[in-house]
Amino acid sequence: MKPPSRPLFLARQNYHARRVMDAARLLPVLGLFLMLMPLLWQSDGGARSLGGQLVYLFGLWALLILAAYLLSGRLSRADDDLNSASKPAPTEFNHEAPDDQL
Amino acid sequence: MISFNALVAVCLSYVALLFIVAFVAERRASAGKFGWLRSPLIYTLSLSVYCTAWTFYGAVGYAARSGLEFVTIYLGPTLMLIGWWWVLRKLVRIGKTQRITSIADLISSRYGKSNALGVIVTLMAVIGTTPYIALQLQSVTLSFAVFSSTTAHSWELPDQNATALWVAAGLALFTVLFGTRNLDANERHHGVVTAIALESVVKLVALLSVGVFVVWGIGGGLTAMADQIAASPIAESTFQPGRWIGLTAISAAAIIALPRMFQVLVVENADEHHLSTASWAFPLYLFLMSLFVVPIAVIGLATQPAGTNPDFFVLSVPLSHGREGLATLAFLGGFSSATSMVIVAAIALSTMVSNHIVMPLWLNLSARGGASMSGDVRNLVLRSRRFSIAGVLALGYFYFRLTGGSEALAKIGLISFTGVAQVLPALLGGLFWRGATKRGAVVGLLLGFSIWAYTLFLPSFGPDGIMNASLLADGPYGIGWLRPEGLFGVDGLDPLVHAMFWSLSLNSFAFFAISLSGFPTPMERLQGAQFVNVFEHSTAARGWAQGTAEAEDLLIMSQRILGPEEAQALFHNAAENQGQKGYLPDITPAFMETLERELSGSVGGATAHAMIGQIVGRSSVSVEDLLAVADETAQMLEYSNQLEAKSEELSRTARQLREANEKLTALSIQKDSFLSQISHELRTPMTSIRAFSEILMDGGNDMSPEDLTKYSTIIHEEAIRLTRLLDDLLDLSVMENGQVTINIQPGSLNALIERAIAATGSLDGRGKIRILRDRGNEDLPLMTDTDRLSQVFINLITNAQKYCDAADPELRIRVRRAGAMATVDFIDNGSGIPKKSQNIIFEKFARLSDRNSAGSAGLGLAICREIMARLGGDITYLPGQGGAAFRVTLPVADRAQAAQ
Repeated sequence: MKPPSRPLFLARQNYHARRVMDAARLLPVLGLFLMLMPLLWQSDGGARSLGGQLVYLFGLWALLILAAYLLSGRLSRADDDLNSASKPAPTEFNHEAPDDQL
Repeated sequence: MISFNALVAVCLSYVALLFIVAFVAERRASAGKFGWLRSPLIYTLSLSVYCTAWTFYGAVGYAARSGLEFVTIYLGPTLMLIGWWWVLRKLVRIGKTQRITSIADLISSRYGKSNALGVIVTLMAVIGTTPYIALQLQSVTLSFAVFSSTTAHSWELPDQNATALWVAAGLALFTVLFGTRNLDANERHHGVVTAIALESVVKLVALLSVGVFVVWGIGGGLTAMADQIAASPIAESTFQPGRWIGLTAISAAAIIALPRMFQVLVVENADEHHLSTASWAFPLYLFLMSLFVVPIAVIGLATQPAGTNPDFFVLSVPLSHGREGLATLAFLGGFSSATSMVIVAAIALSTMVSNHIVMPLWLNLSARGGASMSGDVRNLVLRSRRFSIAGVLALGYFYFRLTGGSEALAKIGLISFTGVAQVLPALLGGLFWRGATKRGAVVGLLLGFSIWAYTLFLPSFGPDGIMNASLLADGPYGIGWLRPEGLFGVDGLDPLVHAMFWSLSLNSFAFFAISLSGFPTPMERLQGAQFVNVFEHSTAARGWAQGTAEAEDLLIMSQRILGPEEAQALFHNAAENQGQKGYLPDITPAFMETLERELSGSVGGATAHAMIGQIVGRSSVSVEDLLAVADETAQMLEYSNQLEAKSEELSRTARQLREANEKLTALSIQKDSFLSQISHELRTPMTSIRAFSEILMDGGNDMSPEDLTKYSTIIHEEAIRLTRLLDDLLDLSVMENGQVTINIQPGSLNALIERAIAATGSLDGRGKIRILRDRGNEDLPLMTDTDRLSQVFINLITNAQKYCDAADPELRIRVRRAGAMATVDFIDNGSGIPKKSQNIIFEKFARLSDRNSAGSAGLGLAICREIMARLGGDITYLPGQGGAAFRVTLPVADRAQAAQ
């Protein structure tokens, strides 16, 4: 008895929807990584200027907010796409190059 | 100069404004005009209840003391929100589907609606939040003090305790008025949320104004400010990696674990899509809130006299520059931060206390009468919430009196964060791991909380507080390994990081270990599946077996909690959906599930479950029930798999039938064309025979002997052609029916080809075609019907003679041996056979054109194919050889066999 399986390959739209979700999951990980960078700079003993660190942290912060803003709209659409597309069987690998597949 | 009375008047009018805003919002909501009340903007602004007076005032002090470390308090929530797809989305979805009323309700519902867990989390939340409320009271009173000391005409500061008492009482009144209007936590407190959104705007505007004033008004613009920052003592502070990582993690955890954050994030959430907006808008808010913190701290350190409390630079810097209007705005910002936190925290805590402590107690006390006795429970619940709010604020006030406002603000905030973060393992484990059990959660929570209290909370009262100095220095009974701030010999860590490390790690280990070792109850497993797989099944598996309850009892109970109208509407709808009239539906498991969920929106999952359990009279679901559900699902799945297989089989059969039908149709067409072909082929010679025999009959003796000979020769030739045609037909038919006798004898390929060439007259040049052979390969022994095989060769050579249209026609005969088979290729240099005709040349009467076709009925290749099939070989057309090419494949005998 096999469980109802998820489709192996997706059409372009659903494929992109999944990737947008992956990006949303990755963003905080990337953010955490970059936020820990000041610790590494300090480890060489050379003190950095407070101003430089301020600019780095706030710049990073602004970029993360921008990225979250760009992703949020796509995520909502992607979620809707996947929900609406989950009822009819997803198309097989159609009309696109092989790297279009999951 | 601003006087104390003026300040109080400003405060009071601001509070009056808040009351009006909350009142208007409630009016709009109750009139059904939600509009902007349910907008993502309001949701995002309400989240900023995260920024309390601790962050409003304390961040600057924090920056003045330890440099950039203060941003971790904001970076953690930023990470959590931009990563909303991981945790927050699931949390909000679960909150909606399970009608969760608080963080304690979430934990309790996840682990089998256990009331014990609800009580534990509630107590932890109260203990962890009380100091925080005290902190807010303290910040308000201290900010009054700052005004009194900094202004030129300093006024007599009234008793701080009295100020705190007044603030606490005012907040309690506001919270009771707008926080306990309705029972259903899921109906949202629009008034409160809107007032808090307004307060968020005030906070932000106040801090930004002070920041702009500091940078451009005092600091002299961005470049001058940058120089001052570089020259400031703050620049010498270094990062402490442990605190940097630990604080980021703990503040990320706080955003979901703090009761007030859970309240605004999950319980007050009106629409899941708002989260998507908040995912960037709330980090933006935090970004703006902390943008000017470092400049304010730098200027404060540079301009304020030594000994000024850096926590209140936000107030003292504008005041010392004579900007009292700005200072008042900043004061209102701090006041907003403090009040919004206290209001939401009080609502969240009162919901928890009334749902998890008061209601279960009441249920137990009134167990004799049962939950079905009459009387309105709603008043009881609401009253218990109001008392809880007052109680929580009173606790905060007493804590404030107890500690006397002695400590740095930031310290209490982080201690409180660490305390509530203890629910994190149970919370995240419950969301993502079905194996998490109630026992694991209980043990983990208790252990983590005890370690937190032992290593951080109790020592925070100082050496003369609850723990005495010798215990702090040497451990209990002198056991150094149990020293509160150096547990298990881990010395030298920052006390906060130390407590965080031990409490959270041991909490998690205990949670996982105990979860792994036990077997959860059916209810836990049911709830676990619903929580972890919340995105997969939107409809809940049923938690009640077929009930024996009377609908009337349930209705009586529901009326007491939901109110008569709502309860009756619920029952009426359910009855209607079942196709019945009236108010008493059949008590199906599905109905009980719906009812329980409605009730849990008001009194929490555990209480609702217990109340229904009292009426139903037995525990809800057994392992057998769960397995039966699983079996049912499995059976359904199997059935649908079988159906699928059957339908596949059917479509396969249909395809086979269709193919057979196509073949039959094709055969019928072929037969028709065969008959018409054969009639045509027979008719042509017959016509000439008849015509010439008529001439002979009519001519009689008048004909010349030459004519006579000529005509009779024609008749003779046509008769031979007719005979040959009939012979061929007979031959083919005999071979197709398998009735032919094969006369096997030894021979050699060389001799056979020789014979065939001789028979076609190509040896002496009569055949008009040059034949090229590779004799070296032809010496192959054969065991076959040599006559039949040479017939095939003759046919192929004759075809080449007839159809090769090259000016200098030649035919190459190429022999190759491949294992036990030999291939003999006949390749001419003509124009070959077009691709579309290559399939049909082996069919009967397949003649490509009438050119050169005299004496051929188109049966030759068909016969060849039949012969080769009989002889165990094959004949195929070989494309791509620069002319017509046929490949004959035949088995080769070994020499010994051939020699016999």
